[in-house]
Amino acid sequence: MSAVLFFIAAAGVIAGAVGVVVLRNPFYSVLALVCHLVSLAVLFLLLRAEFVAAVQVVVYAGAVMVLYVFVVAYVGGEGDSIGERLHGPGRVASGLRLGGAILGGAVLVELLIALLGTGLKAVEGYGAGYAPGPKTYGTPAYIGQLLLTRFLLAFELASFLLLIAAVGGVVLARRRGGLEEADETGALTPLDLLRPRGTGTTAEGVGGRT
Amino acid sequence: MTIAWYLAVSAIVFALGAVGVMTRRNPLVVLLCLELMLNGGNLALVAFARMWGNGDGQILAIVVMTVAACEVCIGLGMIVAIYRRQLPIDVDELRELQG
Amino acid sequence: MWTSCGSCKDEAGARVSTTTWGWLVLAFPLAGTLTTAFGFRRMGGRDSTLAGWIGTGAILLAFVCALGTLFSLQGHAPEHRQLVSSLWNYASTVGINAQLSILVDPLSVYMILLVSGVSTLIHLYSISYMEKDAGFVRYFSYLNFFVFSMLLLVLAGNFLLLIVGWAFVGAASYLLISFWYRRTTATTAGIKAFVINVVGDVGLVLGTYFIFKHTGTLDFLGSFHAVENPAHPAFGAGTNNGDLVAGCILLLVGAFAKSAQIPLHTWLPDAMEGPTPVSSLIHAATMVTAGVYLIARMHPLFERAPAAQDVGAVIGAATLFIAGTIGLAQTDIKRVIAYSTMSQIGYMIMGVSVGAYAAGLFHLMTHAFFKALLFMAAGSLIGAMAGEQSLDKMGGFRKALPFTCACFLVGGLALSGVPPFSGFFSKDEILLITGELGGWHWGLYVVGYIGALLTAIYTFRMIFRAFWGSPVPEARELEGGHVHHADVPRNPATGEEEDTDVGFPGPTHAIAERALPMRVAMSLLALGAVGAGLIQIPKVDFVVDDFLRPSFATAKNYEPATKTGLLVIGLTLGTILGLAGIALAYRVWVARPGAAARVRARVPALYTLFVNKWYFDEAIDLLIVRPMAAAGRFARYTFERVFVDEALIGGTTSIVRAGSAAVRAAQSGFVRYYAALLVVGVAGVGFYFLLQT
Repeated sequence: MSAVLFFIAAAGVIAGAVGVVVLRNPFYSVLALVCHLVSLAVLFLLLRAEFVAAVQVVVYAGAVMVLYVFVVAYVGGEGDSIGERLHGPGRVASGLRLGGAILGGAVLVELLIALLGTGLKAVEGYGAGYAPGPKTYGTPAYIGQLLLTRFLLAFELASFLLLIAAVGGVVLARRRGGLEEADETGALTPLDLLRPRGTGTTAEGVGGRT
Repeated sequence: MTIAWYLAVSAIVFALGAVGVMTRRNPLVVLLCLELMLNGGNLALVAFARMWGNGDGQILAIVVMTVAACEVCIGLGMIVAIYRRQLPIDVDELRELQG
Repeated sequence: MWTSCGSCKDEAGARVSTTTWGWLVLAFPLAGTLTTAFGFRRMGGRDSTLAGWIGTGAILLAFVCALGTLFSLQGHAPEHRQLVSSLWNYASTVGINAQLSILVDPLSVYMILLVSGVSTLIHLYSISYMEKDAGFVRYFSYLNFFVFSMLLLVLAGNFLLLIVGWAFVGAASYLLISFWYRRTTATTAGIKAFVINVVGDVGLVLGTYFIFKHTGTLDFLGSFHAVENPAHPAFGAGTNNGDLVAGCILLLVGAFAKSAQIPLHTWLPDAMEGPTPVSSLIHAATMVTAGVYLIARMHPLFERAPAAQDVGAVIGAATLFIAGTIGLAQTDIKRVIAYSTMSQIGYMIMGVSVGAYAAGLFHLMTHAFFKALLFMAAGSLIGAMAGEQSLDKMGGFRKALPFTCACFLVGGLALSGVPPFSGFFSKDEILLITGELGGWHWGLYVVGYIGALLTAIYTFRMIFRAFWGSPVPEARELEGGHVHHADVPRNPATGEEEDTDVGFPGPTHAIAERALPMRVAMSLLALGAVGAGLIQIPKVDFVVDDFLRPSFATAKNYEPATKTGLLVIGLTLGTILGLAGIALAYRVWVARPGAAARVRARVPALYTLFVNKWYFDEAIDLLIVRPMAAAGRFARYTFERVFVDEALIGGTTSIVRAGSAAVRAAQSGFVRYYAALLVVGVAGVGFYFLLQT
């Protein structure tokens, strides 16, 4: 039973991943990722990580992906087909596209060898024993206890990180009023987001573009 | 299924994410592929946690998810700001940081 | 044998020992130069003469101390008149004992008296001559430094200090020749003088090495004893030992460079670019006599290397003749006197090379007097001409410059060897001793007298052209009571315009008739030129011979033999030639105007040869300067450009540049490349670890 569920969920995971990479329209890629995340949650459930699965669905698929959906709807951006991406001309040498795929394949092979071919005995097993209960492995109470005792520092740092990210997001999305909006002549560079013009970046010095 | 299977899936997902990062031109999709790689890592963590029988892997998976959320927030904020400046949304066009 | 008395107690029991007087002689000019140099800002600049008086005072004190040394030295018995005093031990290692020591003996006392005496008078003269020059203080500092160096040279007690003094004198000469440093002609001349002097320095140092190799000591007295030691002579019992001859000839190279003998003489006429008192002091009375002093000092070595002595005598005679002929054709008044100096030093070199040490040094003294006098008078004349130096533009100054004319006449008569002036006695004694040697030295004898004739001719040519004849406009102006002043100061050689700021001569030109210090100095020198001969009249008194004898105890031809016949012939011949030369000059340049041009037309080839200074400059240019320049060009454009610039430096930089270009290519700005690099890195590391297992 669990094997069947595993294969279905694994198929969903891999299909979603492939979809993210291959699909031309970015919106479709987002949807593929959502599918991937939900399948991954099922895999987590199979691994007795109930809380993590719930967090995955609620936070990742529920909040982060919603954010993505909004941004993709707003920004959009062109997609490009995989054929064009792999063989077509472009700014970057086309070798990179094919080369990228090959590199990815190489990484995959290595990881598989590392994870599966190294003779780790425990990997061949089904994991440690499991006894169901209110505070056993995988339950929210279990995770909560761990978070607040052994991993307190990680917990606090993670919350700090979230704060920083929130502040950063507000700063980045801010509309700047005044002169900056007024003279939109010429090409602005991403560096302008972080540093005003004329502070002497290398690009300024070399190319003379201020 | 033995833990090995889960690890295999995790490796495949990670590699697919890496290929996507190297291959796609739309920065939004690049970020999505980055998420893929993170998720691959998450799966491996949870699988190993099941193997050992303690919850360390799961905690780390939660923290990774937190970090992913922060990163998405910042990354999407940058892309929105780039879009607002009317710059092309294409990683090949955005290359000011060149030597 | 005269013993050297290293630390003799003063037998006269005086309060100050002889060698202390010697150190004081060195100390005062050094103090003078340091005071004027470091107190430069307090000397009042170009309007004050304080620096001049300080300089003159310092040298006067040195002269007084030289007198003190003289009297103190005479207080010792003749065998003990070679005193060495050492102030500091530089290095006492195996084989070398180098000390800061002076040797006070009759020869050095003779030289210091001469140098300090004449220098005092020239400093006095300079106070008026260099008035209002922007470099007044610098001038006196340099001049004092020069006198210090020259005194150091003659007082040196070992080869080390001799070489130091030699080099310092060369440096001082350079500084003073290019004193008016904004004149390109002056700086070029200074460089030429210095480079030729360096050739001489190399000869001197190498010669010292050859001698040191056998004697094992740098000390003069030690070396001389090693050479003369009857038990173990340093260079073997015979004469003309190869190393000794080589060493002596190298010393001669040094002497020739410093004393402007053929072929290292080309710097002396150019050195006339310096101010006239500098020419008077350095290039007449003192520095150019350093070569003569060197040969005289090293006489124990030369006596054992007759081959070197012969070389010296021949070169001296050649110089004497060649310089005399060139002097006949020069038109710049200072250059005529410069060639005259060269010629007279040829006499001195010839004299000390054949062994006539006292005669040669006596001629050195008398020459110092009358040559310094001639230069000073020339300076006065040039002042009246407002800086113009060409004889073509001078004439008829007899009425306007009576005192200067008188000085010229006194100096000229002394130079021509007319009795009873001093030049007569000194020159003839040299030639007498040369003649007495017989054999091939008769050739030198004849050349010497031809030279005497030439001397008289060119000297009085100069005097008659400048002072006789119809007065030129400057002379008329001066007769009217007003010294000529040029509207725009110009370089006398090239005619370029100048100004009177620092680096060029000052706005005023002094003449002797109006400046008391100049008159005082010139009068004293004139007295010397007239009367100095009286101390060494043949057969009557032998002041110089007797005084110098302790230094030349082992010399062979020190005094003339008592052959009266040759003496009478020599004296008569000398007088006749001198007067004949004057008469000839009078006939050509005064009595029959235009005769000079006719003579020139009759011997055009000879005239061209003399005017072009026997083409020595051109020869040196062709043989030495051009090959060196070509070698330099080769080194620069072929070797340095190709190997060093392009291969070594260019290669290194292009490797670095290529490397950095390669690295820079990685900074493409494409995010995907960076991601790919990351993945490559991960794959690589993973591969490595997989291999490990």
